[in-house]
Amino acid sequence: MNLSLDKALGILPASVTLQAHRTELLASNIANADTPNYKSRDFDIKGLLGTLVGQEKTLDIVKTQPNHLALPGSVVSDTPNLLYRIPAQPALDGNTVDPQLERAAFADNAMHYQSTLEFLNRRVSSIRAALRKE
Amino acid sequence: MSGDLFRLFNTSASALTAQSIRLNTVASNLANAATASKTPEETYKSKQVLFQTILDKEDPDRASMPVRVADIVDSPALPIPTYEPNHPQANADGYVFRPAISVVEEMANMMSASRSYEANVEVMNTARQLLQRTLQVGQN
Repeated sequence: MNLSLDKALGILPASVTLQAHRTELLASNIANADTPNYKSRDFDIKGLLGTLVGQEKTLDIVKTQPNHLALPGSVVSDTPNLLYRIPAQPALDGNTVDPQLERAAFADNAMHYQSTLEFLNRRVSSIRAALRKE
Repeated sequence: MSGDLFRLFNTSASALTAQSIRLNTVASNLANAATASKTPEETYKSKQVLFQTILDKEDPDRASMPVRVADIVDSPALPIPTYEPNHPQANADGYVFRPAISVVEEMANMMSASRSYEANVEVMNTARQLLQRTLQVGQN
């Protein structure tokens, strides 16, 4: 039986990466809150994490060539599909950033990031406990 | 993909710079709101900043989108002449010219700029905390 660290940590590393990506995206939205014609962007993190959970159970296919296709339904977490937010109150200058909404999303994402780190920490300490003698 | 959160500092810092330039123009507009001059040409022109997103042409889908001040434009509003024959700057007809600056508008602009500035500082603080936590994973 082989022990895989990747398997032990589950979707946590991938979800940390996705949440870091989203943090950056929301920070850009907040930075451009006053930029004319800037369109607020986000991605569906819940959906992506859902597909990641589903993926755990399926077997990965080995890709030996760069033009090999991925399995349908599998995600490339590096480039999540960016979507545009639908503004509740569009501004005359073409900007669709709602500062309150972005700040709320940022705080929410930061909390999720921290809780993922917490789970990751516990996973690491349980692996450590299993490896110790006593 | 790695170093995502580090790029965030660049984005937020660019917004801080842009907002402080905006605050600076508001300050000079307010300072010169009552400056009188002899001719309409010499009159101070109200300054406004133009923000622009710095787009990465290589990768337009990237998450970090810093902002910059593309230009500082002079307002086309015509100076307001007032009849003040006793003013030292008055011209032959007894008129002085003052810039068409609305103090209320400038104050609103200032508040908007300082709120945006605060929001970006907060974002940077949160990102710093997140990074610190990330560095401490598995250290207990």
